[in-house]
Amino acid sequence: MMLEPVATLLLSMLSIPGMALIAGALAVPLLPTSARNAFMLALIAFSGWTVWQIAPDASLTARLAGIELTLLRVEAITKPFALVFHIAAALNVIYSMHEKARLTATAGLAYAGAAIAALFAGDFLTLFIYWELTTFASVFLVLAGNTPRATRAAMRYLLMQVASGVILLAGAVLLWRSGAGFAITALDATTPAGFCILLALGIKAGFPLLGGWLQDAYPEASPAGSVMLSAFTTKLAIYMLVICFAGFKPLIYIGLAMAIISLFAAMIENNLRRVLAIALVNQLGIMVVGIGIGSELAINGVTAHAFASVLYKGLLFMSMGAVFFRTGTDRADALGGLARHMPWTAGFCLIGALSIASMPLFSGFTTKALTLGAVAKQGELWVWLGLLFASVGVVLHTALRLPYAAFFATNPKIKAEEAPLNMRVAMGLAAGGCLVIGLYPSALYALLPYAVSYKVWDVGHVLGEVQLLVFVALIFALMVRRGLYPLSGADMVIYTDWIGRYALPRLIIGIGAPLMRLWNGAKDGFVALVLRLLRTGEEASRATGLASGVASTGAAAGIFLALFALILLIRIVI
Amino acid sequence: MMQHLPVLQVLLPLLGAPLAALLRGRDMAWGLALLLTGAAFLISAILFGLQYSAGEALIYDLGGWPAPLGIVYVIDAASALVLPVVSGLAFVATIAARRLVEAEIDARDHALFYAAWLLTIAGMLGQITTGDAFNIFVFLEISSLSAYALVAMGAGRDRRALPAAFNYLILGTVGATFYVIGLGLLYMLTGTLNLTDLAERLAEVESTRASFTALAFIALGLFLKMALFPLHFWLVPAYAHAPSAVSALMAATATKVSVYVLIRLMFGVFGVEFNGLADAIGLLILTLGIAGAFAGTLAAIIETDLKKLFAQSSIAQLGYMAIGIGAMSMTGLAAAFIHLFNHALMKGALFLAIGAIAAQVGRASMQTIEGAGRQIPITMTAILVGGLALIGVPLTAGFISKVYLVRALLEQNFWLLAALTFISSALALAYVWKIIEAAWLKERPKGAPVLVETPVHYVPAWLMVLATIGFGIFAGPLVDAAYAAAAVFIGGAR
Repeated sequence: MMLEPVATLLLSMLSIPGMALIAGALAVPLLPTSARNAFMLALIAFSGWTVWQIAPDASLTARLAGIELTLLRVEAITKPFALVFHIAAALNVIYSMHEKARLTATAGLAYAGAAIAALFAGDFLTLFIYWELTTFASVFLVLAGNTPRATRAAMRYLLMQVASGVILLAGAVLLWRSGAGFAITALDATTPAGFCILLALGIKAGFPLLGGWLQDAYPEASPAGSVMLSAFTTKLAIYMLVICFAGFKPLIYIGLAMAIISLFAAMIENNLRRVLAIALVNQLGIMVVGIGIGSELAINGVTAHAFASVLYKGLLFMSMGAVFFRTGTDRADALGGLARHMPWTAGFCLIGALSIASMPLFSGFTTKALTLGAVAKQGELWVWLGLLFASVGVVLHTALRLPYAAFFATNPKIKAEEAPLNMRVAMGLAAGGCLVIGLYPSALYALLPYAVSYKVWDVGHVLGEVQLLVFVALIFALMVRRGLYPLSGADMVIYTDWIGRYALPRLIIGIGAPLMRLWNGAKDGFVALVLRLLRTGEEASRATGLASGVASTGAAAGIFLALFALILLIRIVI
Repeated sequence: MMQHLPVLQVLLPLLGAPLAALLRGRDMAWGLALLLTGAAFLISAILFGLQYSAGEALIYDLGGWPAPLGIVYVIDAASALVLPVVSGLAFVATIAARRLVEAEIDARDHALFYAAWLLTIAGMLGQITTGDAFNIFVFLEISSLSAYALVAMGAGRDRRALPAAFNYLILGTVGATFYVIGLGLLYMLTGTLNLTDLAERLAEVESTRASFTALAFIALGLFLKMALFPLHFWLVPAYAHAPSAVSALMAATATKVSVYVLIRLMFGVFGVEFNGLADAIGLLILTLGIAGAFAGTLAAIIETDLKKLFAQSSIAQLGYMAIGIGAMSMTGLAAAFIHLFNHALMKGALFLAIGAIAAQVGRASMQTIEGAGRQIPITMTAILVGGLALIGVPLTAGFISKVYLVRALLEQNFWLLAALTFISSALALAYVWKIIEAAWLKERPKGAPVLVETPVHYVPAWLMVLATIGFGIFAGPLVDAAYAAAAVFIGGAR
């Protein structure tokens, strides 16, 4: 009778999209490898189906310790995000089918499930639980890189992610204290609660100076790991930013900074997966600009861009992962000429490259255009120009340099096999997705929160984009021919993560070490004092028996009578 | 049959006791005790269900004599909540008792042990159900007298059980005497002993000095019985030197029943207004409660014997219940009921797990559990989780208790008391840490006796630990039941 509500609650919990993945992840380590992949795909299909047919007014609440929790709630932008998360989760499973490691599969599935379930969270406490779950599941993906560097990067990653979670919780409590409850709604970033939550989201979304963990950790993960990582954490943050801070003007400049600062580092970075991680920040920057604009067109743009970028970013990470898997390196100076050996991978990589470059007929063109259109409509000329500049950079460092360095530069010595079949299937599906969005954008537009009236196939737009691409390609070709472009640049580019990776630890040690010694001395002294008191207390209690309560019966009766007198006094005094 | 359930759950163990004394062969008496406590638990669970679905008090007229002439048994939301706690814990303690009693008590005394065991349980169940003030006294004496005997039975292993039992006997009798003196005054004033009737008639004479004196006598007697600081001196030696099974049973149930009777009389008979003295008396109970919380916790920190350590912690926990009562509000009473329930689970689990160690090495202390975390991880983990629940770590039932306790205090703007409650809870970390340090961070000394896991102890202990965690996560039903229980004594919505 009392268990009934618990059982109903547990059952209805399974109707939350993503929850099946989290629950199923527990079973994954127990399954044989052959059954594992089919099981995971079936779970994702089931969860995806629940998203597809979910009602816009679906909701589920539960009470925990007297607090009303909203476990399920659907916003206008929830469905496209949830669908693309499912697609990414399924592609990840296919891409990593050849791997035997149970831990990565378990962590990856739980990570995807938590990210999906987080999309449906209606209050910050529920969100916090998933937020932490994504953190703890995903850190295993970084650790799966299985090098000492990966382990250190994973710890820095964990630190930043946990910090984000704690700040989110602090923001939630502040929000609750201000009487607004825990519900996830539009917030004012100038209140303490709003600021905390913006900060927490900003860490995960890779804001300037807060997002160093991204290019620090992603390239160190295992090939499959970095594909999984690229899809969820940052897009979840973008999603939450849309809900809480759409139209918050400073975001325009924060986003612009993200889009532009990342350019220079990515131009010369030698590690190709690091280039991708930095380029990811650039893409996020464009989305953040769109959130700052906040108009219907801009939110449509952010959603469509997030959807498409999960696919083409995932595709690029997959192709670089395949290269890493077959050659054991992702350094530009050690690669090149792989197009002969890995033609499929090279072809898929080019489709991803053309998509991120916004080539007409590819997915970047039909999605990024919405955000840029919204900026232009808002009359933000300088922002628009800045984004254009950023686009040029992306074309240079990701769309041209990356495939060139890996597949087409001369390197007669290189030998490699084509990627395994499952990797090619996953890449093929992602490439197909990019093409579908590029050719039939209306299918994606139908999913968007607001009706789309934007004319994508505008002559001016197509022409402008093609001109931009052609001229950038020309410049790139000239620079390479003249040897002006450093294809294999510095070993590791000093970028904002340098602060967290190098400067801050040394600064902290410099200032902190003497303080630490002082603190340790004081702490040891205090502990010694407490221990001494404890021992004295223990001895005294053994000697007198007082603490153990072996006071004489007479004394106890005396206390009893005194208390009785005290109670009677109450009546007399009052 | 069904309509006799309210009296059957008391009658079965009561009548089973002389039968147990006559049975020969040690497992016969134990089997009977197990059967009867199991039946009592089943009946009280059914009663809870019946009361819950009926939504009102079930009244049973003993011998067909209706109140106020006859004695009635009342199953209302409050007694329906406390009954399964006591009978359930008694059942679980009986399951584990067999091995503990075999290890600690002379085989010739087993039949008598289980007779006293059943009597003390019957007495507690009677105190909870009866609706007659003098009947409460009778059951109080039944449970107390048999409890003195049970404590004294520890003498076979530990001679200090005898002075402990004597001390307990004298102080317990003083407490019971005060209770009955207060009752005599009330009877003189009103001419009735039925609790409902008493409450009605007392309203006419509430401003008399005699009625207040009666309250003073009764409250003080029950303070002593529930071991409220500073009247707790009997408890620690009694729990520490009693046989392990008795420690487990009494720690989980005995004082809770007195807490319940105190609530029943203070709120159910005298009423929350107390003739304008509610604030003063509430403040007194609050002060004693918080002082007890600190005294118990601090004494537990410097204690090295595990039974004494957790007995001291019981003083602190009873302090928290007193704080709930002293808040004199709906939330406060509900918090007291929640903590009563949760603490019974935690302490039952802890004393069973400690009993498992004591039965093997004679005495569970910081020395004898050194390095035990690796030898008997299942048992030690039960102690650890139980300890965390005592602190009030989130996801354990203890957290729910503390949340509602603090909420009750904040409702009345007792900021200082809320802070002190928090601090004393945090201090509990110190004694739990001492156990962690001894059991896990130290190596088992060479030559120390090898400890083994005993499923017959750790299974019931873990059942309660899991229940603690269960009620920590899904607290809703318990909280609702506690509010319903509080609503019996204080009107108004939550």
